[in-house]
Amino acid sequence: MSEYIIKNGHVFDPVQGIKGDKADIAIKDGKIVDKVGSGAKVIDARGKTVMAGAVEIHAHIAGPKVNMGRIYRPEDKLFTCTPTKGMERMGGGNSIPTTFKTGYEYAKMGYTTAMEAAMPPLFSRHVHEEIRDTPIIDEAAFPVFGNNWFVMEYLKNKEVENTAAYIAWLIRVTKGYAVKVVNPGGTEAWAWGLNCLSVNDPVPYFDITPAEIVKGLIEANEFLGLPHSLHIHPNNLGNPGCYETTLDTLKLAEGFKAKNKFGREQVMHLTHSQFHSYGGTNWGDFESKAKEVTDYVNKNKNITIDTGNVTLDETTTMTADGPFEHHLTGLNNLKWANIDVELETGSGVVPYIYSPSISVCAIQWAIGLEIALMMKDPMRCYITTDHPNAGPFTRYPRVIKWLMSTKAREAQINAFKHKDKVLSQTSIGSLDREISLYELAQMTRAGPAKSLGLTSMCGGLKPGMDADVAVYNFNPDQPVANPDDIEKAFSRCSHVFKSGVQVVTNGEIVSNGHKRTLWVNAKVKENPQVMRDINEKFLKYYSMTQANYEALGHHFVPNPYTIEVDAT
Amino acid sequence: METVTITMKNPPALYLEADNVSPDVFAGKTAAQIAELHVHEGNVTSTLGKYFEISGNAGATASDTKIIVKGDMKRVKYLGFKMSAGEIAVESSTDQYAGAWMKGGKMLVKGNVDAFAGTAMKGGELTIEGNAGNYLGAAYRGDWRGMSGGKILVKGNAGSDLGMYMTGGEMIINGNVDVHVCTHAEGGKVIIKGNAKTKIGGQMVGGDIFVFGTIDVMMPGFKPAGEQELEVDGVKAKFSHYIGDTGERHKKRKGQVIYGNLYKKI
Repeated sequence: MSEYIIKNGHVFDPVQGIKGDKADIAIKDGKIVDKVGSGAKVIDARGKTVMAGAVEIHAHIAGPKVNMGRIYRPEDKLFTCTPTKGMERMGGGNSIPTTFKTGYEYAKMGYTTAMEAAMPPLFSRHVHEEIRDTPIIDEAAFPVFGNNWFVMEYLKNKEVENTAAYIAWLIRVTKGYAVKVVNPGGTEAWAWGLNCLSVNDPVPYFDITPAEIVKGLIEANEFLGLPHSLHIHPNNLGNPGCYETTLDTLKLAEGFKAKNKFGREQVMHLTHSQFHSYGGTNWGDFESKAKEVTDYVNKNKNITIDTGNVTLDETTTMTADGPFEHHLTGLNNLKWANIDVELETGSGVVPYIYSPSISVCAIQWAIGLEIALMMKDPMRCYITTDHPNAGPFTRYPRVIKWLMSTKAREAQINAFKHKDKVLSQTSIGSLDREISLYELAQMTRAGPAKSLGLTSMCGGLKPGMDADVAVYNFNPDQPVANPDDIEKAFSRCSHVFKSGVQVVTNGEIVSNGHKRTLWVNAKVKENPQVMRDINEKFLKYYSMTQANYEALGHHFVPNPYTIEVDAT
Repeated sequence: METVTITMKNPPALYLEADNVSPDVFAGKTAAQIAELHVHEGNVTSTLGKYFEISGNAGATASDTKIIVKGDMKRVKYLGFKMSAGEIAVESSTDQYAGAWMKGGKMLVKGNVDAFAGTAMKGGELTIEGNAGNYLGAAYRGDWRGMSGGKILVKGNAGSDLGMYMTGGEMIINGNVDVHVCTHAEGGKVIIKGNAKTKIGGQMVGGDIFVFGTIDVMMPGFKPAGEQELEVDGVKAKFSHYIGDTGERHKKRKGQVIYGNLYKKI
């Protein structure tokens, strides 16, 4: 493998505490090293910003619901298709791009690792086929557990060890990474035409509450010591006044401590917190409760969050929260798709337009930014757009611009039709914090890597870590004349290395790299009861046999990176 | 007004996407510059000059430019794409997306057009002297934003799904139309001088349809609402009035449930 040395760049690396000092980054055999030989290829990064490859903690980029969106929204591809060019294959789509475009766009922005946030276990093979077709970036997928019949039956009887054994089995057969929970109990209730809007609403038939499901899964997750914590999308998403449910959910993590060998400190990751920080009683008095939610998270160190910033675009919402999507299609009267996934989960897909001339959308925009600006510890708050729910991931540079420049925020606030409403219902107007490049590196690199338990691998530039490096055309020594320059600089990297391979040069893809699929192999004590239960459920209820369920390595995961966990 | 004439000299083997043939793109360009504009044949991008003979220079602005298109255009799509002013006259038949996303100006096709003519049109005038294909003035596939303004006149017949998701503008069809007229329409006006088939006005919540000839089968969601004496496009006649589609989920405006209107000449 070639050797490289990136010289004279302004390096921002929270892992080593480098805050913009000039330093040389040496790459050899796919890893960051102390020094390389004189034959190494020199990359001149004078006047540029050097960071580790960014880590995406939550996006919907592969799998059946993404594909459902692609199929039923041909208009999303209108005027967005790009032809074959050099190393790049053709692509298309804006909010739901093709797999190839997904890989290229992430790489061009300096992202090298991304997590598919909701994998229906029954369709894990489809998820892995799409992950396989997404070039360059390392990916992993979180199977959903919050509405799973096994989990609800075991936790009803407080059988944490059996739940853990089931989780270990499911993560192994689906080649998953972490325990994802979407609207715990609510999606199962949706199959009965109901929903769970608080943590104490019982799930029909199973007679268990979301609170019991969440607590049980945290316990099982720590029993196994998985690299990532419970990754939760709580009940009552997107409704005015939902912050109370969010706080109730966060309180369920009280008293739990992280138990793992990966350096992870949290036991719960609250995802797209913007959608869960709404106050008010209806869309008329809709207001921000970002302060209440961030105050709680600031105080409780065992929780991490990501933002879910609204980017004010036309997009496609897709979530395993089936009842919410039904609610949404009633609001905007656009098309709706709904899918039930047998014993495991469900999902819905609805197009949505976040219009700057609608007050609710403008307030949502402000809440997402408030959360990022009110969180005191950037290592526990990560930038996402919950792609594609609050906006496409290709808008990250724009979100970064808003976070790094009060001028850019003011310009956007002034452009809103209901400016007064945004200022009265949120506190965005009084926030003058500007995120620094070091904090940005924490929020997009070191932080998410730590939360995912990948500190030894990515998110930093310490010798020994994977050589994922992004070089931006952004000079931290010069004042920013125009906030749009920030967006431009973070849209297209000058150079990107993925595992030591140069994948982007001057904003163009030059290699498809060697993408890997990360998955967790958790070993547990032999558990005949769980194996028998699985066998029985497949015979009685599943529409496929157990033999056809597994995402077998060779075809579905051709280039795996297995993280071993021993919980025996 | 300056006139640019483009004449087909080397017909393409595959379909040609000529989305640059519009007064807006031509404006301010000489014949030589126009010959350098991009067109796409299959997945290959080449120049307009490869297929067309170009004579005459364009005017300084779009409204100052007239384009005359001559020769066999049966395999050429997207003529007049997104045009906002000026004129285009196509002397033969053309393929899909003629005048699609048109915002203004005038477009005349002397032959037939294929599907998706006037897709999501916002303004201007589109006149088709022959027949129109399916999806005339409709929304793009999967989209919910159909024709919202402007005027389409078809002197021959039109295909199915015309005016799907229409919210405004006017369409006059002198001949007959196929099934699915104004599906999901919320506004606008469609006048059919010939006959209509089935599924007319399905899921419509606004807009007016006038049929001078026969309707094969009425949608069950339409309710009779009396008779009216009306003057439509210069013709004074008695029409029976129906409102619908009552089967569509109720859309309310200012608290009132709204419906579309279907008028059939008696």
